[in-house]
Amino acid sequence: MATVELKNVRKRFGSHEVIHGVDLVINDHEFVAFVGPSGSGKSTLLRMIAGLEEISEGEVLIDGLSAQRVPPAKRGLAMVFQSYALYPHMTVAENLSFSLRLAGVPIEERERKVRAVARTLEMEPLLHRKPRELSGGQLQRVALGRAIVRQPKAFLLDEPLSNLDAALQAQMRLELVRLHRELNTTMIYVTHDQVEAMTMADRIVVLNDGRVEQAGFPLELYQHPASLFVAGFIGAPKMNFLDVEVKAATEQSLTLSLFHGISVTVPAPVRSLRAGERLKLGIRPEHVDLAPDGELQGGIEALEHLGPRTYLHARLADGTRFVVETAGDTSVREGDRLALRIRADASHLFDAAGRSLTGRGAGKAAERHQAV
Amino acid sequence: MRSTWQARLGLTLAGWTVALGIFFPILWMFLTSFKTEITAVATPPAVFFKPTLANYSAVFERADYVQFAINSVIVSLGATLLALALAVPAAYSMAFFPGRRTRGTLLWMLSTKMLPPVGVLVPIYLLWRNLGLLDTRIGLVLIDSISVLPIVVWMLFSFFREVPSEILEASRMDGATPGQELVRILLPLAMPGIAATALLSVILCWNEAFWSLNLTTVKAATLTAFTASFSSPEGLFWAKLSAASTLATAPILIFGWIGQRQLVRGLSFGAVK
Amino acid sequence: MTGAAPARQARTIRTAPLLGPSVFLLFLWMVVPLAMTLWFSVERYNLLSPGKSAFAGVENYRYLLTGRALWMSMGNTLLLVGLVLLITLVAGTLFAVLLDREFPGRKICRFLVIAPFFVMPTVSALIWKNMLMNPVFGMFSWITRSLGFGTIDFFARMPLLAIAVIVAWEWTPFAVLILLPALQSLNREQKEAARLDGAGTLALFYHIELPHLRRPMAVVAMIETIFFLSLFAEIYVTTGGGPGLASTNLAYLIFRDALLNWDVGGGSAGGVIAIILANMVAFFLMRVIGRNLEDQR
Repeated sequence: MATVELKNVRKRFGSHEVIHGVDLVINDHEFVAFVGPSGSGKSTLLRMIAGLEEISEGEVLIDGLSAQRVPPAKRGLAMVFQSYALYPHMTVAENLSFSLRLAGVPIEERERKVRAVARTLEMEPLLHRKPRELSGGQLQRVALGRAIVRQPKAFLLDEPLSNLDAALQAQMRLELVRLHRELNTTMIYVTHDQVEAMTMADRIVVLNDGRVEQAGFPLELYQHPASLFVAGFIGAPKMNFLDVEVKAATEQSLTLSLFHGISVTVPAPVRSLRAGERLKLGIRPEHVDLAPDGELQGGIEALEHLGPRTYLHARLADGTRFVVETAGDTSVREGDRLALRIRADASHLFDAAGRSLTGRGAGKAAERHQAV
Repeated sequence: MRSTWQARLGLTLAGWTVALGIFFPILWMFLTSFKTEITAVATPPAVFFKPTLANYSAVFERADYVQFAINSVIVSLGATLLALALAVPAAYSMAFFPGRRTRGTLLWMLSTKMLPPVGVLVPIYLLWRNLGLLDTRIGLVLIDSISVLPIVVWMLFSFFREVPSEILEASRMDGATPGQELVRILLPLAMPGIAATALLSVILCWNEAFWSLNLTTVKAATLTAFTASFSSPEGLFWAKLSAASTLATAPILIFGWIGQRQLVRGLSFGAVK
Repeated sequence: MTGAAPARQARTIRTAPLLGPSVFLLFLWMVVPLAMTLWFSVERYNLLSPGKSAFAGVENYRYLLTGRALWMSMGNTLLLVGLVLLITLVAGTLFAVLLDREFPGRKICRFLVIAPFFVMPTVSALIWKNMLMNPVFGMFSWITRSLGFGTIDFFARMPLLAIAVIVAWEWTPFAVLILLPALQSLNREQKEAARLDGAGTLALFYHIELPHLRRPMAVVAMIETIFFLSLFAEIYVTTGGGPGLASTNLAYLIFRDALLNWDVGGGSAGGVIAIILANMVAFFLMRVIGRNLEDQR
């Protein structure tokens, strides 16, 4: 149970900086997900918290104390590696008790703790097996068990589910959330899968190219993305983006021109804009309706039938791809030409630099790194 | 894969012919060691004969043979242990704490093997003479371990790198000091590789001829020098020589048989990966 | 560590004491004897008359370079290296391909083929010299006599070739030792795909197996060259460099000068030349095939 704070943390390999000044606060008992594409620095950040990587600049504070000179083992953190990193030459029981053996914990207490963890994770019959005899899911649980046995202040999980098959992933996600509630311990979870982040985390930190794009509650990130990147990263299928140009602006609304003379009116943005400014309009698939008087015309190239919903993959007149969500029992077929209407009040506007111009706290959200 | 029985037969025949053909000289030496001297030099070469152990007993009766054999064992094992003692920490530091210079250092170490021993024969001989190391086992152990060190470091380095670094990081998170990391995690996991390296080192030292021939005479000579001394034969002695050679070669052949898979892995790590 | 993993930074631990002893020892090994060799090579220093050593400048070198012995032995050295490299690589590849196939007793055959590498060079030389190639008692001459070719004294008529045969016999197993697992690591699916595309055995060998072997072959060539440049024991045991200088290589020549004639100065000069030659060959090899080795992780 601990708070972790990062202050202006930077990481350089030689002269090449990969983490650019990250400020973050992770509260006690929180489940925080670091999410981002490969190379965004999320694993590096996690490893810096763990103490496996050196920090080039800035500070990491655990429970308010600087962790600078503290070796990984003494930070009171436990890590679950992507590849599980179990000790192949030891049995499951020995894997679980290794840290206790190193700490000089007496035998009875060791065995008690190991058995308790094994019971929690339903691993008791596996205790005398070696890692090579175990399946992926079992290995994952042993890795988890090894971390739990140490009763750490916080758990660090580096893409722990990415090596499992889809069904197992879904099951393990629920188990991890249950575990988090049961143990009530801070968890920092790294993943590239935004669905995992959205479903499991109390708060999400979106990272891109070594910077925090946005940090906040899942719904907040979904409904009020602070940047083009977050808008496009969170939510599947991806948000649709259209290139637009400012035609006219009033106190209450903004008229934008798209291609082929089509225009669309949206609520007034956070700051005033001049005519001619180029922006990006973002609209999620579920906020597009099939309406005969819609502004856009699209030809349906493909359909994804999911059962309760159907996603229509359309191509607009200027060649842009556009995804529309509609009912599962739609009668639309491939090749149809349809008129589409955008729900203007659910749209998002982004300036040329990718910053959001809409929504609560837009403009500020991109600079906000602290927790709410 | 179509494989007619004719093709398989041809393959089997070819394989065995090649194998036996290559092994033949060794086989012949082995057979000759059980012949009498007369039979040994008979023409046409005798394939069937009455075996005798007289040659082996004659070899063991020669006190210096036993001495040379002991020398070979001591020098091979000693040089291997010394090389390992130096190489394990070196390979450990290069494999897990690589710096900018690591690759260069490794290549430089290998390049020292490019130095033809003959190029430094004179100074080493004189140095050894002045240090009183000529004709001593220590002297040979020193030279052999230096000769074999680059290879041992290279092999250990490769084997250590095969251990996933995440396992070592996990041990660090579990609270292991660098020493504990090395002894409780790395060494057990790398043991097959270390064994293969040690095996190869023993073989190379056992068969080492250049320095054994030049730096030893009577007391510290190894079996290589012993067998070499028969290059100018007087009288009939081939059967005995075969017995001595078989004795000198057999241990290594046995080691090679037992460890062949490991050795193959070890020698080819650099080539195959 | 694969290429996809993020770069790991080295932990700050003092690596100097770990690496130090090995580096120090090897450095000493390189520098001290080398320096001494250089020093001796410019001295007129004979161990039979130790008190009378004097500075000789380049006289030792001049003597060597103008004489026949050095050039002959250098030529022999290169000839020997080239010949044995050729034989071992070709035979090694063929045998590896053969042993890669499935047939009963393959494992035993593999060991039989590899065995000669474990035999002492002195013993190998003796077997070949006395039991096989000996003109009177050897098996080969028995064969040639039976076939009506009379007796051939291999070591007298073609000494260098005879020695090359011996060394090739010793080292082809090494080539097999490296090439066979390389072949076996070849993805089965690649071969099956090729077969489906219509490749016969020969085409399979030429287009799939051979290219895969290029890198291991480079490694074999490098290692073998390093060892072949200083071949010694086989010559010592069989021909003693003769007849004349016919089978003397550079290593043996220096040995003869330094330890048989006790000419330290001349021997050292020869040593320096040997080192230069080795470096030239190594440099050449590195250029040609060195890039294959640079792909080490």
